[in-house]
Amino acid sequence: MSNFLCNSSIGKKLVMSISGCFLVLFLLFHMSMNIAALFSAEAYNAICGFLGANWYAVAGTLVLVAGVFVHFAYALWLTIQNRKARGQQRYAVTVTEKGVSWASKNMLVLGVIIIGGLAIHLIHFWSNMMLVELMGEHSVVIAGVEYAPTDGAGLIAFTFSKWYNVLIYVVWLAALWFHLSHGAWSMIQTVGWANDKWYPRLKCLSTLVATLICGGFALVVIFFYIKSLGCC
Amino acid sequence: MNFKLKIWRQKDAKSKGEFKTYEVTNIASDTSFLEMMDILNNDLVHKGEEPVAFDHDCREGICGMCSMHINGHAHGPETAVTTCQLYMRKFKDGETITIEPWRSAAFPVIKDLVVDRSAYDKILQAGGFISVRTGSVVDANCIPISNADAEESMDAAACVGCGACAATCKNGSAMLFVAARVSSLAKLPQGRVEGARRAKAMVAKMDELGFGNCTNTGACQAECPKSISITHIARLNREFLAAKLKD
Ligand code: HEM
Ligand code: SF4
Ligand code: FES
Repeated sequence: MSNFLCNSSIGKKLVMSISGCFLVLFLLFHMSMNIAALFSAEAYNAICGFLGANWYAVAGTLVLVAGVFVHFAYALWLTIQNRKARGQQRYAVTVTEKGVSWASKNMLVLGVIIIGGLAIHLIHFWSNMMLVELMGEHSVVIAGVEYAPTDGAGLIAFTFSKWYNVLIYVVWLAALWFHLSHGAWSMIQTVGWANDKWYPRLKCLSTLVATLICGGFALVVIFFYIKSLGCC
Repeated sequence: MNFKLKIWRQKDAKSKGEFKTYEVTNIASDTSFLEMMDILNNDLVHKGEEPVAFDHDCREGICGMCSMHINGHAHGPETAVTTCQLYMRKFKDGETITIEPWRSAAFPVIKDLVVDRSAYDKILQAGGFISVRTGSVVDANCIPISNADAEESMDAAACVGCGACAATCKNGSAMLFVAARVSSLAKLPQGRVEGARRAKAMVAKMDELGFGNCTNTGACQAECPKSISITHIARLNREFLAAKLKD
């Protein structure tokens, strides 16, 4: 088998595909979990408690970090090679070819926005939850209010009462939507499970998955913002 | 019809090129694009200027020699044709037409609009063949091949090796070309035998020559003069990964 995962183009693409698929599955899980916050703070906090500083949650987090790292590192590697293959001299006139999505040509830019959003997200939540527990503390004070590290619902309500956070998350989710609208069918094509008959179906499914994931997350963000305005 | 042509002029591989603007007048709408270029060159020769170098051979869409990136499209704005099959009626009278050579690191410019596409030949030499003699034409149905397989193989075999796929791809990837060659042979029993070796050898050569990595944008199939589908890229991925996993 040798090391085709790092010395062949298709092998490298396989790593992109599998790491991407893993991240998609994680996001589906994370999004479903967040939906619980819409219905009951207790239920949501029970899940947060379950995913605190336990060995399995910490192990899961480490696997996720590895997944993001591999996906990101390979994305940079592939993109640098691709720019080199394209050459110094570019076309004076360019067009968008028929049937080519904007997202498919801007995967790296979208990914960088996703990484940026992820950093902010980890500061908002992870550093106030799992990290607090890992440090052996039992509460954290944000803007003069004390939160338990398992009070995910409280943190959500606080974070999304600020309009600028809502804006950041919506931009982040929009970038994710574009990335997934191409990525979700692209990962199937990369492993070779696609054909002419299935392209329209796969692209449709891709849009669905992207909309489900990003819509689900956005719903929670917007729900808590409206709630903070005190009109419901 | 009259046209203003913005053409890339470059003395040789080492020189720096630039766009020069020319005018052609009184062009009949049924003139082919290459004939229009001939008319321009005729004018240039009469004026004592250096004619524009461009590749061409069969002028009937089968050799793959003609290239040119015309108004942002490989082989011009018409779909599923080579430049020699493109007619001036496709353009508006008085239009400015920008003509560039293929731009891809693996296809360096030799002169004006001519690029070196020998990288594709090298990929082909790495495995785009079968190593046994198949002899002369066998009796019909002697080797059973389903109609669907024969059709798919023929669709892939339509590739003329023009290079438009890599020239169009933002990643400078040659996947559509390699996929077409691997696919056309993989679908027939004569080619099937060496399928795994072929996929590995051709992909290795493609990578070695510095072509980029496919990100499935699909721009290649939109610009391919033979409408080769990326369904063949999926098959190449399958063939390659299966071969590597078996090793
Ligand atoms: C960390 C920041 C990220 C960067 C820099 C990034 C970058 C990229 C790049 C450059 C590609 C290759 C383009 C292509 O294959 O079409 C790609 C593909 C992909 N990405 Fe990301 N991405 C990031 C995050 C994510 C996340 C969070 C997910 C999942 C939710 C994801 C899912 C995918 C999928 C499924 C593919 C398609 C794989 C394939 O084509 O085989 N990416 N990404
Ligand atoms: S696949 Fe199409 S664009 Fe690429 S070399 Fe063959 S005929 Fe030309
Ligand atoms: S000159 Fe042969 S394909 Fe155009």
